Amino acid sequence: MSTRLDVKKTYKLYIGGDFPRSESGRTYVVNDAKGSFLANAAQASRKDARDAVKAARSAFGGWSGRTAYNRGQVVYRIAEVLEGRREQFETELRAAEGLTAAKARTYVDAAIDRLVWYAGWADKIAQVTGSANAVAGPYFNHSAPEPSGVVAIVAPSGPLLGLVSVVAPVIVTGNTCVVIASEPHPLTAITLGEVMATSDLPGGVVNVLTGSVAEVAPWLASHMDVNGLDLTGVTDPELARDLEVAAAENLKRVRRPGLEDLLAAPPLDRMTRFLETKTVWHPMGI
Amino acid sequence: MPPTDSTATGSTTGFEFEYSPAPEARSIVDIKPSYGLFVNGEFVDGRGRSFKTISPSTEEVLAEIAEADEADVDDAVRAARRAYTRVWSRMSGAERGKYLFRIARILQERAREFAVLESIDNGKPIKESRDVDVPLAAAHFFYYAGWADKLEYAGLSTAESGPPKPLGVAGQVIPWNFPLLMLAWKIAPALACGNTVVLKPAETTPLTALLFAEVCQQADLPPGVVNILTGAGETGRAIVAHPDVDKVAFTGSTEVGRAIAKTVAGSDKKVTLELGGKAANIVFDDAPIDQAVEGIVNGIFFNQGHVCCAGSRLLVQESVAEDVLARLKRRMATLRVGDPLDKNTDVGTINSAEQLAKIRELSDIGEAEGAGRWSPPCDLPNHGYWFPPTIFTGVSQAHRIAREEIFGPVLSVITFRTPKEAVEKANNTPFGLSAGVWSDKGSRILWMASQLRAGVVWSNTFNKFDPASPFGGYKESGYGREGGRHGLEGYLK
Repeated sequence: MSTRLDVKKTYKLYIGGDFPRSESGRTYVVNDAKGSFLANAAQASRKDARDAVKAARSAFGGWSGRTAYNRGQVVYRIAEVLEGRREQFETELRAAEGLTAAKARTYVDAAIDRLVWYAGWADKIAQVTGSANAVAGPYFNHSAPEPSGVVAIVAPSGPLLGLVSVVAPVIVTGNTCVVIASEPHPLTAITLGEVMATSDLPGGVVNVLTGSVAEVAPWLASHMDVNGLDLTGVTDPELARDLEVAAAENLKRVRRPGLEDLLAAPPLDRMTRFLETKTVWHPMGI
Repeated sequence: MPPTDSTATGSTTGFEFEYSPAPEARSIVDIKPSYGLFVNGEFVDGRGRSFKTISPSTEEVLAEIAEADEADVDDAVRAARRAYTRVWSRMSGAERGKYLFRIARILQERAREFAVLESIDNGKPIKESRDVDVPLAAAHFFYYAGWADKLEYAGLSTAESGPPKPLGVAGQVIPWNFPLLMLAWKIAPALACGNTVVLKPAETTPLTALLFAEVCQQADLPPGVVNILTGAGETGRAIVAHPDVDKVAFTGSTEVGRAIAKTVAGSDKKVTLELGGKAANIVFDDAPIDQAVEGIVNGIFFNQGHVCCAGSRLLVQESVAEDVLARLKRRMATLRVGDPLDKNTDVGTINSAEQLAKIRELSDIGEAEGAGRWSPPCDLPNHGYWFPPTIFTGVSQAHRIAREEIFGPVLSVITFRTPKEAVEKANNTPFGLSAGVWSDKGSRILWMASQLRAGVVWSNTFNKFDPASPFGGYKESGYGREGGRHGLEGYLK
């Protein structure tokens, strides 16, 4: 029996639909659950963060301008492709986090189902959060949600379900995002980037950075072309406060740290926090 | 009272006839020489200093007002907490609603008094305080009164979360441009949702908030549910930073809003901010021009332009720019600037010397940067703070008068050729509160409305407000909505 050397993957960043290395040339060692070497992940820099914001901003007009039906189909497509590659994700989760086979399957199932759940929200969120307003005068008046713009996200530690649970609600409504993957478990996030890159999701809608949250998040929090900041994955309260202070400079919409039970039904505010309400008036008359 | 000539109406040049003065009687209001703070259902002396509130149209001192210090804030928050825990959060929504209905009715009953007092203290024309501010304030209470026992229908809760719950004590800080109306926008939804409040009116316009305290007494509102603390920035900061305040609601400048967002960072406080604006009012060549001109005038000269959603940038399509400007100037020449209490007055007084200095400074900069300044001939009274309706033409997007909120009766005129260019220019601002579109073409209006990054889009109208209509901004104009079902969200868990 001949032994074959397996071909290992180089894990890079996912920016603007491409998989570049960090411009800084830095990597950091990612170990598996037992502490053995798994891979070198890219360690994103300030420049990578800014490139990612630029990519997200360029993608925003096109993505938010698509019909809700179309966005729903694209998010559904991510679920389809993920289902087709589920073994790979189960294997990765087991290696990275030391999960049992059953637990890994549960998380992959939940991640796929969550994408399907959010896909269905695309063309319903406006009906649930919008309104026809009975004003005291001869005016047509209605309110509907619109995406806030570019949202920066610090993902929680669950490398697959955690990431899907923070990214899907943000993009399905038309936002684009830059997400910092779980620092200790970044590899699955990049593999998920491969899924998104092959799911009809336009480049730049989701941008994934790996590296140090404490180093990269402040650049995103203070970036003047970022409209929202989701701190779900920030565990250090002092860093969370500093990021919220930095975000105040251009009045970013901030979701404070805190993670719900990811296997339970998600709270609606994962979507509504990064939605604006637009109210349009027009006189009625003949 | 100053001599009447100081408040004479001006700007009638070119007219064949003069209006006789038609002043609203002031006798309906009873302004006390001094006011304390309203804490726990009664007026108490403040521990801090005091300041004077003046009539901006005459510079006459109206009353001595207490400036709440940290200890006063602490008392008020404690009173609000006690009222929340013992009374207000335990009361049924239906009963809470009935108190709000009572308040709405008393505001209607005392509408004239409120309108006159508002015009005296703020300087806005009586026809606006009488027809806009006060009726809308009453309507706001009436609207939210009806929500108090229907919160579980608001779509803000799920079967798992159970019925929506109030947050607790709300600290609210409001501006001087619509003193009573902003109070209503803040207090009505807070109370309907079961919160209690500590509210600070602006230092230049405390009187209608203090009169509102009397309304709370007449309505038998339980003590501590509404507390009114007068003061300036220090008092506001103490309310926002108080550890027992669960919710902060602020309307005012983006600069202060930013400071508030920083103060509450890392806390559990829920925040809504309604901040500055630099709205584009966009006129297409197919617009009904005379109506558009009325909308431009209403957009920037309503309330002396002291409006966060004012249409302070006129974007006019190049092909009709000359015609629109000519008609706008003709219309501006008919605006009557003068005594706020005169029922014929269209444009009243700038609210304070400080604000007047800011408007003058930015207008001078506009001229220095090369824009063309024009105001109609206009006799301004000798006392008080006045600024004539003003337009700037030849304004480029880089000019400070095109970028900064002036918060006065000053309009910057910019031209465009294509709808895309209009959208680009309209959205080229860190603000995103409101916008206006004037066109006869339905599809163009809807397309424009979808492209404008602003929380309120007025099409073929401007500066319309209603308690059922959500109001609030995109980007640096703040976050959260006031009004409508959306307005409940900021006051519920």
